[in-house]
Amino acid sequence: MSFKKSTLSMAIAASLAAGLSTAAQARDTIQIAGSSTVLPFASIVAEEFGGSFPQFNTPVVGSGGSGGGLRQFCQGVGENTIDIANASRAIRSGELENCAANGVNDVLEVMFGYDGIVFASRADRGEFALTPQHVFAAAAAQIPQDGQLVDNPYTRWSEIDSDLPDQEIVLVIPASNHGTREVFEERVLHAGCDSYAEIEGDACNNLRGDGRIIEIAGDYTETLARLDAQSDAVGVFGLSFYDQNRDRLQVATVDGVTPSLETIGSGEYPVSRPLFFYVKGEHLDMVPGLAEYTEFFLSDAISGYGSPLEDAGLIPMDDDERAQALEQFQARTVVSAE
Amino acid sequence: MTVTNLEIADSRRRQRLNAIQRSLNARHARERRFRLLGLGAVITAMVLVAILFASILIRGVPAFWQATLTLDIYLDPEVIQVDERPVRERGESPAQYRERELAWLSQLGMVNWNALIDEALKDQLPGEIESRQTRDLRALVASGERFALRNRVIEKPELIGQTVTVKMLAGANVDVWLKGNIDRSLPDHQQQLSAQTREWADYLKEQGTIRNAFSTALFINTDSRSSPASAGLAGAFMGSLFMMLIVIALSIPLGVASAIYLEEFAPKNRLTDLIEININNLAAVPSIIFGLLGAAIFVGYLRLPLSAPLVGGLVLTLMTLPTIIIATRSALRSIPPSIRQAALGIGASRVQTVFHHVLPLALPGILTGSILGVAQALGETAPLLLIGMNAFVANVPSSPVDQATALPVQIYLWQGNELRNFFEARTSAAIIVLLGLMLSLNATAIWLRKKFETRW
Repeated sequence: MSFKKSTLSMAIAASLAAGLSTAAQARDTIQIAGSSTVLPFASIVAEEFGGSFPQFNTPVVGSGGSGGGLRQFCQGVGENTIDIANASRAIRSGELENCAANGVNDVLEVMFGYDGIVFASRADRGEFALTPQHVFAAAAAQIPQDGQLVDNPYTRWSEIDSDLPDQEIVLVIPASNHGTREVFEERVLHAGCDSYAEIEGDACNNLRGDGRIIEIAGDYTETLARLDAQSDAVGVFGLSFYDQNRDRLQVATVDGVTPSLETIGSGEYPVSRPLFFYVKGEHLDMVPGLAEYTEFFLSDAISGYGSPLEDAGLIPMDDDERAQALEQFQARTVVSAE
Repeated sequence: MTVTNLEIADSRRRQRLNAIQRSLNARHARERRFRLLGLGAVITAMVLVAILFASILIRGVPAFWQATLTLDIYLDPEVIQVDERPVRERGESPAQYRERELAWLSQLGMVNWNALIDEALKDQLPGEIESRQTRDLRALVASGERFALRNRVIEKPELIGQTVTVKMLAGANVDVWLKGNIDRSLPDHQQQLSAQTREWADYLKEQGTIRNAFSTALFINTDSRSSPASAGLAGAFMGSLFMMLIVIALSIPLGVASAIYLEEFAPKNRLTDLIEININNLAAVPSIIFGLLGAAIFVGYLRLPLSAPLVGGLVLTLMTLPTIIIATRSALRSIPPSIRQAALGIGASRVQTVFHHVLPLALPGILTGSILGVAQALGETAPLLLIGMNAFVANVPSSPVDQATALPVQIYLWQGNELRNFFEARTSAAIIVLLGLMLSLNATAIWLRKKFETRW
């Protein structure tokens, strides 16, 4: 009996020891996390990278939203922290301070393209031609009427503008863990807010709380599921997601411009934003392939015109912008807090 | 007088009988109602389960068959310009050889494999195909197939210069189009494929070049985003397998040992009562809490790697332990005291009593409990999301410290994939695979119970 017991305890001790000792070994796979908008692009690059560089492993790409990714990124330096954070917005100064507090000082910013944010509704419902003002009037908690701020009285789009469809106002927007939310607030809500002199600044971000605004913390698929359940709803999506579900969704024009690779690339469509990823400079010597991955990402064949990323819905930067981004990375230019 | 007395007695008797009959009828009716209710509950449950299974099967089974092209590809030496495969020379260190081999592999990586596939497709399609149509042409074949072609050449470099017949998966959107999973009558701007690609796909299908063939991609490939048609479960399966091995290796010995100690040896006092209450409470703790704990302790404090099956296995072990302890204790408790008394009576020590007599009899119960606990761990998703196992991993993990995902997490990830038309069916197919594994685990549990069952 004692023999059996001792083998048993030895087995347990051995497996635990194996686990702990391997943790001390060097990691040889790049670990990435962050924005769910960037995730499809980063995953494609990771796969192509693994396929093209036999000496490196395929990087691992996690999600968690821009905020979640940057929080993990700033947890510190070492094997069990991520090497790259994907973000659909620029890093905030508060996040940089957090990074610095945990010893992450070399935050290298890489911009790799643009994404459009589109409003889409179900393909079998009315067509929308929106302006930021319409969206603000539909979403705000309070709007001015006869010189006074009153609780938002609108319940149907047609009440805001008779040209809009006679549908219930239900707006499905990303929650604040998504970088998309920030762009939505800046480019749409604030733009709409500016047309009302009575509301200014942060008050523009106050959204109505009567259930007509639905915040989604998960992926765009969740937004799509909402639209399946509530046929009148209008959802906020990334252009690439809309592109892959064109049979179910129809896109709204904003200020009369239909979002497309061309209109967003030229800046004609107003709601677009640059996409980034952040590389941890301290890990460049520690994790093999980190610099190569970044340079591969910025190559013409991967993120230029006609590249797999463009096929997946990324709006590519032009050659000059890409060269500049590459130069900035190769010079190891560290992001500094403004 | 007597007559009336008799009559009164008789009528009272009848009244009593009536009352008894009424109450009896009422009781029978109540029993019938209860039985009907019970039967109704069972039928409702069965119907719901049947609907669930049917909907998963109807959606998932077609995904095991995928649009597949059979192409004759000429491995043109003009396009594949690479050196001879390096052979290890005498006196060469492994590192030097590895370097030369990597250089050769990089050369192969630079080859324009797509051009070879394009040529083979052009042979099959009618009319001249201009270079501006290359994009429409490439949409036909899953983009990951070029790596499959490359791997074939890596394995057999002597194939260069020959024509090989290769089965290739069609692009995900081609599969969707040919299966009719997208409305074929939708106008051009709502379609995923260009009009040209759709026409070619239909033509190739008619010619027999594209067939709907059983695809092993789902089983032998890892997840893929750049080539969704080739996305498979191999990586997730290995991740789950490593986790289950860790769970089995840790939770069964620990759980059974602590249950035996608590049930057979531990003194009954405040302390053991406290431990017992805590174990029962632990069994009821939501699994996501174990995930938080794992993220804080294993990843944060012990610095174990993120997304590793090792951490997942440890977290699931913690989750499974209470289940196994409780199942083992109840199995031990169900052994009649007479067995113990008889063993002790003929002079066995307490350890001998437990290990020679009680434990073998309790084995079926312990095994059933353990297998059900492990099966539950296999299907667990929430705690794994918190330790980074929901990442996109395109490697098959070769050890428990490599990054991996797990089967249920893969289902969650596919469910969230933006290419809905293709991945809805793929998700259901993955559910079928997971359910198959679960059912076989549960069947094993039943078989073991029957095999070791003892009656007394």
